[in-house]
Amino acid sequence: MSTLVLLLFTGLGLGALYFLVAAGLSLIYGLMGVLNFAHGAFLTLGAFTGWEIARRTGSDNWGTFLLSLVIGAAAGAAFAAFTEFVLIRRLYQRHIEQVLVTVGLSLAAVALFDGIWGTDPVFIKGPAWFKDTTEILGARIPNDRFICIIAALLVLLALVFFLKKTRYGMIIRAGVENRSMVTALGIDVRKAFTLVFTIGGAAAGLGGVLASHYFGYVSPMLGGSLLIFAFIVTVIGGLGSLTGAAIAAVAVAVLQQFANFYLGGTGDFVVVLALALVLLFRPTGLLGRTS
Amino acid sequence: MSTAADNRATEARPILRVESLFASIAGQQVVEDVSFTVPATGITALLGRNGVGKTSTIKAIIGLIDRTGTVELDGERIEKEATFKIIRSGVGYVPEDREVFSKLTVAENLRLAERDAAPRRQLVEELFPDLLARAGQMAGTLSGGQQQMVSLARALLNTNKILLVDEPTKGLAPKIVGEVAETLAEAARTVPILLVEQNLQVVRQLAEGAVVLSGGRVVHTGRALDFLDDAGLIQRHLGVSTDPAAAGNPAMEPAGKPAMEPAGKPAAEPAEKGAAL
Repeated sequence: MSTLVLLLFTGLGLGALYFLVAAGLSLIYGLMGVLNFAHGAFLTLGAFTGWEIARRTGSDNWGTFLLSLVIGAAAGAAFAAFTEFVLIRRLYQRHIEQVLVTVGLSLAAVALFDGIWGTDPVFIKGPAWFKDTTEILGARIPNDRFICIIAALLVLLALVFFLKKTRYGMIIRAGVENRSMVTALGIDVRKAFTLVFTIGGAAAGLGGVLASHYFGYVSPMLGGSLLIFAFIVTVIGGLGSLTGAAIAAVAVAVLQQFANFYLGGTGDFVVVLALALVLLFRPTGLLGRTS
Repeated sequence: MSTAADNRATEARPILRVESLFASIAGQQVVEDVSFTVPATGITALLGRNGVGKTSTIKAIIGLIDRTGTVELDGERIEKEATFKIIRSGVGYVPEDREVFSKLTVAENLRLAERDAAPRRQLVEELFPDLLARAGQMAGTLSGGQQQMVSLARALLNTNKILLVDEPTKGLAPKIVGEVAETLAEAARTVPILLVEQNLQVVRQLAEGAVVLSGGRVVHTGRALDFLDDAGLIQRHLGVSTDPAAAGNPAMEPAGKPAMEPAGKPAAEPAEKGAAL
């Protein structure tokens, strides 16, 4: 029983990280039709920025940790806004070029991070409470899992509130459904594009700081490794569906953890198999459009 | 073709002037050298067989598809402007197939369309009281007629220089067709309308001027009634017989759309549609 609970919470913690990356990916694709391969770079920058904050201000207290979350999210948001404004805006409707530019940017960003912080992982420490465990049904759950889960839930609630209760949220929901009709109502949808990129970058930056505590280190490849699973989550959840991304993030991460433990470390294979099954039998994903 | 007197009447004080308009979708030419004007009052019908380029012409005017040529709105050139700026300069657009946002409520669909500082909510509530009662309902769950009301209401919320209305009666029950026609007649008292319409009875009821397209080009302009009363012109340009015995349709409504489809023209146009939140 305790093993099941431990695997479940570990999966939920990992799922929280997947969701923080996938939420932005999904919204960006849903609204703009852009497959953003540079999204992992936003996460990595957020992680390194958070690490720098922790390193310079002392990493073992809550104030520093919260500051690193804010600065990491801000760094991811700024990088994402820059990417949309300078690179992507000129390439709407040119999907091949978008892929080339975002793949190129992700490679260049990794090279830049290598140059600044080196190729080796840098280790990070958080508040002492992170190292402790909390016992639930006999399982000793590392506390940093709870931080990831709570942060992802807060981001999900904030995004739902933003999408449901604000005019820009309404524009984004409408734009995901029919972008050209939004412009035909006299709305400059490009502002919504920049906003969605910025929000996606902030979530990824936040995810980067949390991922660095979850894994205990930061490396230039951190974003790329999480991005692969975030793409799988985005497709399984349904491109453009925030709720779908949340459900798929949990499902993929929990499945991955259980398969790793019970099926001889085959978690990654099982996840890819699940992706293949979804693409074969429900190509629109769990909550994507059916027509 | 129309007489000079007719043209003078139709072209007096044009609110919209289209000159040498060419448009393409996915590299295929759908509008070729189209030129016409729309007067500042009344309803002008844009007619033609299915797939002839009527919807594409409307979309090209507001920049929803690639186009070249001259488009003047109230004397101002707008063909270089982005779609949202053209709309903001005073164009109300009611698209073919309504295109309401199905996952937004009726109230959200209307709020999204509000661009004036003082949108005409009272007018919309008077014209479409049913929408007020359904404000919290998802627009995707409305009937076709109700969705058309939402689509019309979105355009009527703002003060416009012209309305571009694309097949507003398509697929609607006869009773709803009458209500839509009444709404358009009411709207036309304050704003000129360029109307794409297949139902010739509605055209006869509403339109003063007519612009007829064939093969992506303008083949006739003039008074709508003159065109509708000329069986030869209708047969030639719309492929519809007005002889009840021959057509089996005394209302002059095209008997079947497939029969009106010209060869080599795309029947459908691409839409930018993504996934759902």
